[in-house]
Amino acid sequence: MSMKTWWLAFVGALAVLVLIALSIARMYGPARPATGEEAPVAGASSAPKETAHITATLFFGSPDGQTLVPVRRDVALADTVVEQGRQILNAQLSEVPPAPNVSVIPAGTKLRAFYVTERGDAFVDLSSDVVTGHPGGSLNELLTVYSIVNSVTATLPAVRRVQILVDGKEADTIAGHVDLRRPLSRDDSLVRDADEK
Amino acid sequence: MSGQDPAPSTPLTLVSRDARRTVPTTVQNGREVVALDDLATLFQLSVREDALAGGVTVSYRGRTIVASADRPIVSVEGRVVSLPAPMVRSGRRWLVPVEFMSSALASIYDQRIELRRASRLVILGDVRLPRVTASIDTAGPPTRATIEIAPAAAVAVSADSGRMLVKIDADGLDFSASAMSGLIDRIRVGDQPNTVVVDTNGTGRATVTTANNVARVLIEVAAPATSESRAPVPAPGPAPTPSPSAPIPDPREVIAATRTWQTIVIDPGHGGDDVGVRSAKGVEEKQLTLDIARRLRGMVESRLGLRVILTRDDDRALGLDERAAVANNGKANLLISLHVNGSRVPDQSGAEVLHLQLDRETAEVVRTATAEGAALPTLGGGIRRLDLIPWDLAQARHRDESCVLASVLQEELQRQVPMSGHPIRRAPMRLLAAANMPAALVEVAYLTNPGQEARLATDDFKNTVAQAVFSAIVRFRAWSEESQAQ
Repeated sequence: MSMKTWWLAFVGALAVLVLIALSIARMYGPARPATGEEAPVAGASSAPKETAHITATLFFGSPDGQTLVPVRRDVALADTVVEQGRQILNAQLSEVPPAPNVSVIPAGTKLRAFYVTERGDAFVDLSSDVVTGHPGGSLNELLTVYSIVNSVTATLPAVRRVQILVDGKEADTIAGHVDLRRPLSRDDSLVRDADEK
Repeated sequence: MSGQDPAPSTPLTLVSRDARRTVPTTVQNGREVVALDDLATLFQLSVREDALAGGVTVSYRGRTIVASADRPIVSVEGRVVSLPAPMVRSGRRWLVPVEFMSSALASIYDQRIELRRASRLVILGDVRLPRVTASIDTAGPPTRATIEIAPAAAVAVSADSGRMLVKIDADGLDFSASAMSGLIDRIRVGDQPNTVVVDTNGTGRATVTTANNVARVLIEVAAPATSESRAPVPAPGPAPTPSPSAPIPDPREVIAATRTWQTIVIDPGHGGDDVGVRSAKGVEEKQLTLDIARRLRGMVESRLGLRVILTRDDDRALGLDERAAVANNGKANLLISLHVNGSRVPDQSGAEVLHLQLDRETAEVVRTATAEGAALPTLGGGIRRLDLIPWDLAQARHRDESCVLASVLQEELQRQVPMSGHPIRRAPMRLLAAANMPAALVEVAYLTNPGQEARLATDDFKNTVAQAVFSAIVRFRAWSEESQAQ
């Protein structure tokens, strides 16, 4: 190997190392303070390049309406688990599912609050649109509930279980079938194994 | 008061809020029948005979039932309802099976009509008629018995020598008693329709407790304190001393040993403001579930002779706890909740069966409660162990049976109707969690699928679904009774 070739290889390797170091610094560097809770989280395509982000797993309905499909999306990195949970849920509620997948949460449903207890039980408080806009059916309801439960637990290891509240109160069910009175653990039996980017 | 002593020739008693009236019945070809003109008087019906067609039209406030001679079916508001036997003519009168009241007349009437054949009762409207069951716990002496009243009602007990009187705050009693032994000769309904009499051979005392909407009168009868008594208890002591050697049977064993199938509960999903799934054409799930539930009730009552309770028999909103309470208080052997599914994807089709999945941590809570239980002192110093399972997780102890039930339902449905790609699921279903008996939920088809919506409109499909669920009930009952006998 000539001296020139060796030198080029050395410079190339150095450049790769610098790039890796930079991307690690971006992932774990000090996060920017959130500018406002209600600010919608942008999808990967429109995210400003300088914003630190994490990759969250969101869940949408499969084209045949039978299962949940995990979809990876970048969401802004937050300071705390609670703030990160809000970011993930806002993305889950507002993101348009990539075709041909379908949405399983009634349009207009908003996140009212999100908090996590010391035991790792998270509470997701949704607006009543999740009830009033729900089309019914036990499978539909299972998909709605577990898209929320799974998206929180898949991305936040600190959360073990999720309880859904509606308009700030404990709810029996969303559409008359699935028990919401207790926190629910992640259920992967409803998830199709195909992961779409 | 009549109708206390069940026998085929005993008339039925129609119990309503304001009166008790006799429903005269006769037996024709081994079937208990009632005359249409008697029903017309009792229920203010108009009965019109169509001599040409060889049939009769029964009307109530503009709603009609058309019955044809010698055919075991009637048309109720255009729907075909099967009867266990055809309508027959006897002289100038038309006779129909007594089930006509619960399966046909109930569908056009504006009040609940419930036929309780075993108790010789027809219940009209909102009458407080708790089920009262009396059974011996230990023959003793002292002899211990329990009278259970469900749903719970206020109870007052007075004791005489040789007789105790239990007065229950109700309009009447749906009473049954198992064989008596020891110092209790008989437990029976008293002269007043809301009283129970305990005939004893000793001195009785009673304690009343109420839990989970069931009142229990615990009765203890000690041997009379006389010189000729063979009881080893010395006469002078004021407090009866129980024999410590007599073990008190586990109440669950007593229940299991005496249990035979009597009642099943069918839950027509949704109702009232809660319409369930609505199709693009405006067909609502709540109507279909009630329709199929009534067909199923007719099949089970007429072919199996079981008491069938519908959690709702009209278009009313009913909470999930209330539905579970109907099944629990009715001591049903089985609960099946009927639903019609919906999907955001119109192609989605087929039936599905769901049974309860408990979260791992919730299951652990139940397991600990069952293992630890609670030891409660009973009358006379014994100890009774009780499981302290939260009432709304009563299903926990029936999960294995419910799994069998769901499998049988899936198999029977699969023979007769299309199934979805995922025909059986475990899920945290709110209604099933509180059911204290084997329970499952059936989604019979997808109302959001245009092809299935069209099929759901046909009698043929609804009867097929009811028939499949009926077959599953027959198979599950056989399995259940066989496994209890082992």
